[in-house]
Amino acid sequence: MCGIAGKFNFDGAPVAPESLRGMIRMLAHRGPDDTGFHAEHGVGLAHARLSIIDLAGGQQPMGNEDSSLWIIFNGEIFNYVELREELLRKGHRFSTRADTEVILHLYEEKGEDCVRYLNGQWAFAIWDDQRRRLFLSRDRLGVRPLFYTQVNKAFIFGSEIKAIFAHPGVTREIDVHGLDEVFTYWCTIPPTTLFRNIHELPPGHSITVDAGGIVVRPYWDNQFERESGVVAPSREQGYAEELLQLLIDATQIRLRSDVPVGAYLSGGLDSTVTTALVKKYTNARLRTFSVAFDDAEFDESAFQADAVRFLDTEHQEIRCSKNQIGEVFPDVIWHTEKPVLRTAPAPMYLLSRLVQKCGYKVVVTGEGADEVLGGYDIFKETKIRRFWQSQPDSRMRPTLLRRLYPYLQNVQNQPDAYRKAFFHINVDRNLQPFFSHLPRWQLTAKLRMFFSDTVNAEIGADDGFSKVRSRLPQSYSSWDSFRQAQYLETKFLLPGYILSSQGDRVAMAHSVEGRFPFLDHRVVEFASRLPVSLKMKVLNEKYLLKRCAAGLIPPSVLKRHKQPYRAPEACSFLESSAREYMEELLSPEQLQRDGIFDHRAVGLLQAKFRKGTAIGIKDNMGLVGIVSTQLLVHQFINRFESRMTPDGV
Amino acid sequence: MVFKDELRQFVTDNFMFGKPCEGFADDDSFIERGIIDSTAVMELIAFLEARYRIKLQDQELIPDNFDSINKLARFVANRLEPNHTAELDAGRVLLGPTSFQLAGTDGPDT
Repeated sequence: MCGIAGKFNFDGAPVAPESLRGMIRMLAHRGPDDTGFHAEHGVGLAHARLSIIDLAGGQQPMGNEDSSLWIIFNGEIFNYVELREELLRKGHRFSTRADTEVILHLYEEKGEDCVRYLNGQWAFAIWDDQRRRLFLSRDRLGVRPLFYTQVNKAFIFGSEIKAIFAHPGVTREIDVHGLDEVFTYWCTIPPTTLFRNIHELPPGHSITVDAGGIVVRPYWDNQFERESGVVAPSREQGYAEELLQLLIDATQIRLRSDVPVGAYLSGGLDSTVTTALVKKYTNARLRTFSVAFDDAEFDESAFQADAVRFLDTEHQEIRCSKNQIGEVFPDVIWHTEKPVLRTAPAPMYLLSRLVQKCGYKVVVTGEGADEVLGGYDIFKETKIRRFWQSQPDSRMRPTLLRRLYPYLQNVQNQPDAYRKAFFHINVDRNLQPFFSHLPRWQLTAKLRMFFSDTVNAEIGADDGFSKVRSRLPQSYSSWDSFRQAQYLETKFLLPGYILSSQGDRVAMAHSVEGRFPFLDHRVVEFASRLPVSLKMKVLNEKYLLKRCAAGLIPPSVLKRHKQPYRAPEACSFLESSAREYMEELLSPEQLQRDGIFDHRAVGLLQAKFRKGTAIGIKDNMGLVGIVSTQLLVHQFINRFESRMTPDGV
Repeated sequence: MVFKDELRQFVTDNFMFGKPCEGFADDDSFIERGIIDSTAVMELIAFLEARYRIKLQDQELIPDNFDSINKLARFVANRLEPNHTAELDAGRVLLGPTSFQLAGTDGPDT
């Protein structure tokens, strides 16, 4: 795991080494162990290394035998052992044991198609000197980040936007369309980012850059098959065995490392399964890490303790308070590089700090199971709404809405008539493709009321979610709404929030690499072929995974009600140091200077929180979103130079 | 009615944050115009109970009573004693505290 940055001059002019040094310094947190540079023929590559595989021999940039290819690579190729053997059989000679070199030789063998053979999580750039061409790629699901821009006849790229901003001549301006996307979908939709003219390479895409220009191409997308009907109970066991075998292999290859591998243990089904598999297939005593909350509403430590006892791991936890969340939130936003509507990334930031203190660089986690195997409440919500829609006059069917969000007291207490209005089933024909996500997106988009008139005018009228619509595959309309919901979650929220703001960015802030067995592309593709009834049986989520997990994990965890990972929200800013910076950033004067939000509307929202009358999700998302946006503006627009210290951050 | 202005002000400040929807009228449905979301109605109930010292029954918590400024005003007027309404109209009494407390910060999550 590392940080990469580089530049390609379209006119072939040499790349100044000091510009590369300035960029890579901003990524020191991603790769504290070593830095390396390579420049020739109008290209410059820089690398910050976190040593995990081949500690002595894996320095980068790495060249091939005749130095005609050079690579910088952030990530891991988990099937590198098998690929290396195949390449050796074909006559390739290796000078290191590193997975990085495998990509180089595979590129020699397969060209740009090499990415189709990789099983892993990556963002890399290969300079092909003979073709005078730069080839960049990002993994299928977007575990590792990659951003780029084109400025002054140059293509500039980096693992994080702050590296690009460190290059002279790159301007820093908020892109209000990116802002609008976060305040609708909870994430940006690539290539849009929060910054004008800074682009994100979408997951499953590659880019080639040469004197002729930039070409972005997809190489993978998640494709579902048509519903294959109800599965006979006799066949369920076969599916369960196949899934378990895939998960075992996906976990085993994710233990390939020359440093010890730990595991996150949330107390939920997914991370307990991955921890159980790690434990089963490793000889070393396993270290596990978790977040506990002072506030019982969010705390899962009882289940974590059950899992630790059952799996006999050496466990450590952080206890997280709302004040701590408020304290570290500015640093969290420095790393997420986009606003968030939830504070949930902050405890993950604190957790990776604990992992780093314990001397660990790698953790296996359960991320991805909810998207791939049907765990999220939004899937349950979609099923219930569709069931109700088939008989709209039914009195009984909407009562199932009470089954949603049992852990949310406010939602449970609301009057039925209002619950029915919120989870509405009368959806315009034009919006049917988004049936599953409409309640969430329409609620979130209400937050536009906090934008200034200038920003709202620039964003323009509601466009019917056209950006997302334009990214849907042709076959999307043939899928049922459960699979459509899965696609939307996996395509957009997973890379745009879960794996980035709550994943890579807050883990790599402390040089910690996450590995995700559920996001092995073989597991994802297998799950996409599964009938929906094996993902959610009636309203029993992750049904097939639970079948696999029986006996592997404690019964209490297997049978528990799913509790999504959540953290104290806007209340985190109402006390101690957070209140101080919030009041400064949200003062009428500062808001007017920055021009993004309407200071009167923000003032009324703050007043609600001061009075203690803000209880709804919209108010909470609003305040967290506004504070995080203002922190972003403060750190990346107004005061970026002050963060460009010799030590990076 | 004084309290109709007060209700409109409460809805505008707390659910529209001082930026009323274009052409927002006293008969407009809160639900249809997306002004009140699934939990905001509880905020409204808490306000009514605290401000006007009335206790709402479960069966009263329906859109027919709450879904527009006019419906709200009618509902409050019916629940208040006639003499209280008259005094309120005349601005002679202040009913209940103007601030109220609700606990919890919830919402669906992934």
